[in-house]
Amino acid sequence: MAESAVRIGLVLPDVLGTYGDSGNAVVLRQRLRWRGVPADVVAIHYGDPVPDCLDVYLLGGGEDEAQALAAGHLREHPGLRRAAARGAVVFGVCAGLQVLGTSFVSGDGKRHEGLGLLDVDTAPGRRRAVGEIVADSGAGPLTGFENHLGVTTVGPGSSPLGRVRTGTGNGDGTDGAVTGHVLATYLHGPALARNPALADLLIGWVTGSPPPDLPLPEVDELRRERLRAARRGARR
Amino acid sequence: MPLDSPVQAERRARTAPPRRTRVAVALARAAAAVSRGTGAGAGGVVGGRIAAALDPDVVRHLGRDRTVVLVTGTNGKTTTASMLTRVLEPLGPVAANRDGANMPDGLIAALVDRPDAPFAVLEVDENYVADVAQRLRPACLVLLNLSRDQLDRVGEVRAVERGLRAAVAGLPGTAVVANCDDPLATSAAMASARPVWVSAGGSWTADALACGRCGRPIQHDGPAWRCRCGLARPRPDWVLAGDRAVDSAGRTAPLALQLPGRANAANAAMAVAAAALLGVDPAAAGARLATITEVAGRYRRTTLAGHPVRVLLAKNPAGWRETLPLLGDRSPVVIAVNGREADGRDLSWLWDVPFEVLRGRPVVAAGERSADLAVRLTYAGVPHVRCADPVRAVAGLPPGPVELVANYTAFRQLGQRSGDG
Ligand SMILES: [Zn+2]
Repeated sequence: MAESAVRIGLVLPDVLGTYGDSGNAVVLRQRLRWRGVPADVVAIHYGDPVPDCLDVYLLGGGEDEAQALAAGHLREHPGLRRAAARGAVVFGVCAGLQVLGTSFVSGDGKRHEGLGLLDVDTAPGRRRAVGEIVADSGAGPLTGFENHLGVTTVGPGSSPLGRVRTGTGNGDGTDGAVTGHVLATYLHGPALARNPALADLLIGWVTGSPPPDLPLPEVDELRRERLRAARRGARR
Repeated sequence: MPLDSPVQAERRARTAPPRRTRVAVALARAAAAVSRGTGAGAGGVVGGRIAAALDPDVVRHLGRDRTVVLVTGTNGKTTTASMLTRVLEPLGPVAANRDGANMPDGLIAALVDRPDAPFAVLEVDENYVADVAQRLRPACLVLLNLSRDQLDRVGEVRAVERGLRAAVAGLPGTAVVANCDDPLATSAAMASARPVWVSAGGSWTADALACGRCGRPIQHDGPAWRCRCGLARPRPDWVLAGDRAVDSAGRTAPLALQLPGRANAANAAMAVAAAALLGVDPAAAGARLATITEVAGRYRRTTLAGHPVRVLLAKNPAGWRETLPLLGDRSPVVIAVNGREADGRDLSWLWDVPFEVLRGRPVVAAGERSADLAVRLTYAGVPHVRCADPVRAVAGLPPGPVELVANYTAFRQLGQRSGDG
């Protein structure tokens, strides 16, 4: 698969793009290119049909109305669902996690249908979870920042991505959800920049085998610093 | 349509504030003087806190019988307020929070400091506008722009817009000067009974793509924009055209600014429109702006570790997009980023800044969160070195001019170290 470029879909950055989420596309593209695999980012805008031929789909965060619009658009244009059905990699953060689930309830109490790619349901919690989050996962400790009101319940059709050490995540001690090649987390924004093992897990799914090591001392340094800060209780 | 000519404002009978307020003000002034005298820092805010504790309604009493202008928005508050202050000064003393302390304690301190000033020009944090305006009943509210800034602290930008919209709706006597090229600012100002629209140029559209009213993406067509829900760009009363601001009656204010960049021209156009509303001749207002060379230490040229350094403030993606084009062609750039409460602890925004354009020049990642910046620069393909201390970062560069760009608290730390806080 190395001869043709990996195509990374940035899904609805104009409605789901609140927190620097496009960073995840930059990280995946660079980690592929640095290993000699050509990669391109394709932005899919609101109002446009969603192609079903891409290798990776990335969904970012967004506010309530934006999230409902995104879910509506992705239900109406079934490209993402079709791609997921044939095994394409899908990664969502924050609102992206909720949109990929079965359903979510917005702040005004309205229930919205999600894409059903993950067996999760989300309802508003009592207080906003804001701050550094650390969760232990199969890809090692994940570090990130969360900022959401949602409380997410993972059903039998998905498994949680990680177990929360610091922070809130899904709200029951777990964070995120995985079904097949669909993976999502409450670690928002450029989660893959802080968690290279997670980025490489997704890349391995795309290319069919785990990618070779890619030493980046800057990333190691940032991870050390953030994990240390979380231990010190640097949540606000 | 001048609201209340400056002369009238000055001649208006000045009723004495209640005794409680007089006592609060006297004690606050004393506290501020002591705090300044002992070098304990910005004495004003301490005084403001004391005055507020002694008289909960102190803001209303202090604002009475003055012509008050409030300036708010994500970026450009300090600069625009400083411009308006400069324009109004020939008419009489102006109470102003020049230090950028834009929460209630800072505003009280500014009013306490100049109790007799007939004018007050106050920059206000977006989240305090409703409360402050309710008490001060300003003649004019300047609404510059709205984009994301410190999401973890102040909440989402569209929630801020909804709050401002409600505040504006409750101020029937206040003229609202707003940038009609900014859909979120427009959505808020549209609630005003007396809007004045300034075409000051679009801000960073990525944030405003989702409509403040319905969440759908805004559709742009040249300068015009509209949403399917009906919200659309109103016809401007003022237009920024190159280095001049022109109103619909053809009045022109030349803007021969010393401050660099498109964002400052936009701030100037907003200031001129507000000043004209208060009865100032636009051309005279424009001429006054040419005398400003720095704003609260921003854009100042100084010497640091033997290098000529220009100091710039950029605290969010929109600010960075305005700052990047200002940087000299080849000079090294030191970027200082902190992540304190006042900066926002979430550094995700670094990924919304197109740092890729810095490729090909020496870059130093500095500040308390230089590790986050270093990762962003690595993925942007920008070779860099890391040195947490910005002054040492400058010292480590070869001789020659340096551009130093810092976010909020990193910028303030620099000011304290060069002794002009
Ligand atoms: Zn709309």
